[in-house]
Amino acid sequence: MLKLSEIVKILDAQVLTGEENMDLEIYSGCGADLMSDVMAFVKESVILCTGLVNPQVVRTAEMMDIKVLCFVRGKVPGDQVIELAKEKGITIIATQHPLFICCGMLYSNGIKGRGVWN
Amino acid sequence: MSEAAVKLHYDIDAEDFTTAGEASSGVKKTLTRLGAEPDVIKRVAIAMYEAEINAVIHGGGGAADVEITPEKVTVVISDQGPGIPDLDKAMTPGWSTATNLVREMGFGAGMGLPNMKRYTDEMYVESEVGVGTKVTLIVNMKR
Repeated sequence: MLKLSEIVKILDAQVLTGEENMDLEIYSGCGADLMSDVMAFVKESVILCTGLVNPQVVRTAEMMDIKVLCFVRGKVPGDQVIELAKEKGITIIATQHPLFICCGMLYSNGIKGRGVWN
Repeated sequence: MSEAAVKLHYDIDAEDFTTAGEASSGVKKTLTRLGAEPDVIKRVAIAMYEAEINAVIHGGGGAADVEITPEKVTVVISDQGPGIPDLDKAMTPGWSTATNLVREMGFGAGMGLPNMKRYTDEMYVESEVGVGTKVTLIVNMKR
């Protein structure tokens, strides 16, 4: 388990929205760029790391009750995405690390829970 | 939950990725307000969202009609799109006819219809090539 504030430090990430949620506890993670895969496999509240930065990522998070999104590879979302996330109460952080490295850093720092159906 | 049925109607705009998901979001909110079980809410939201996205990317837009009763949630998504020529193939996980543009938007994993089936108690697809597609999704309030 990691607190979101720790994740931000580990990934050297920027908080784009949801600064007030840094005490959230994260037990499992998921890395994917295809949203239907997220909807097929993710089972519980996770941090979703993705290189996709359109409004549909926020929508997918909303449907799946995912509270935290991490945009990887230095991708910068449009204002519309940030606004939608604010409206839905979803926290967004962004890191320069690529997806694989990002997942590896989280895993090696203690997020080992399977966020997916067995 | 009250005994009366709640009926909702939404228009789904063609190829508008910005608003795609609004209908599912609205239904999720309504179910939450009505006090449905979290598991039911999530299953309806995911299945309906997949169907809504399909109507946007494949169907050229359409409509969603939702009926909520104390027994079940019924979602009907219909479009006047090209129809599905081979439904068995379309139901195969990983099979997709999505364009590159759609893939860039994060869809086209070939999991849409399989996800709808997985999260619902009943699912019916009526489709005619050149006429359109109607997907009915039913989630029971109690298992």
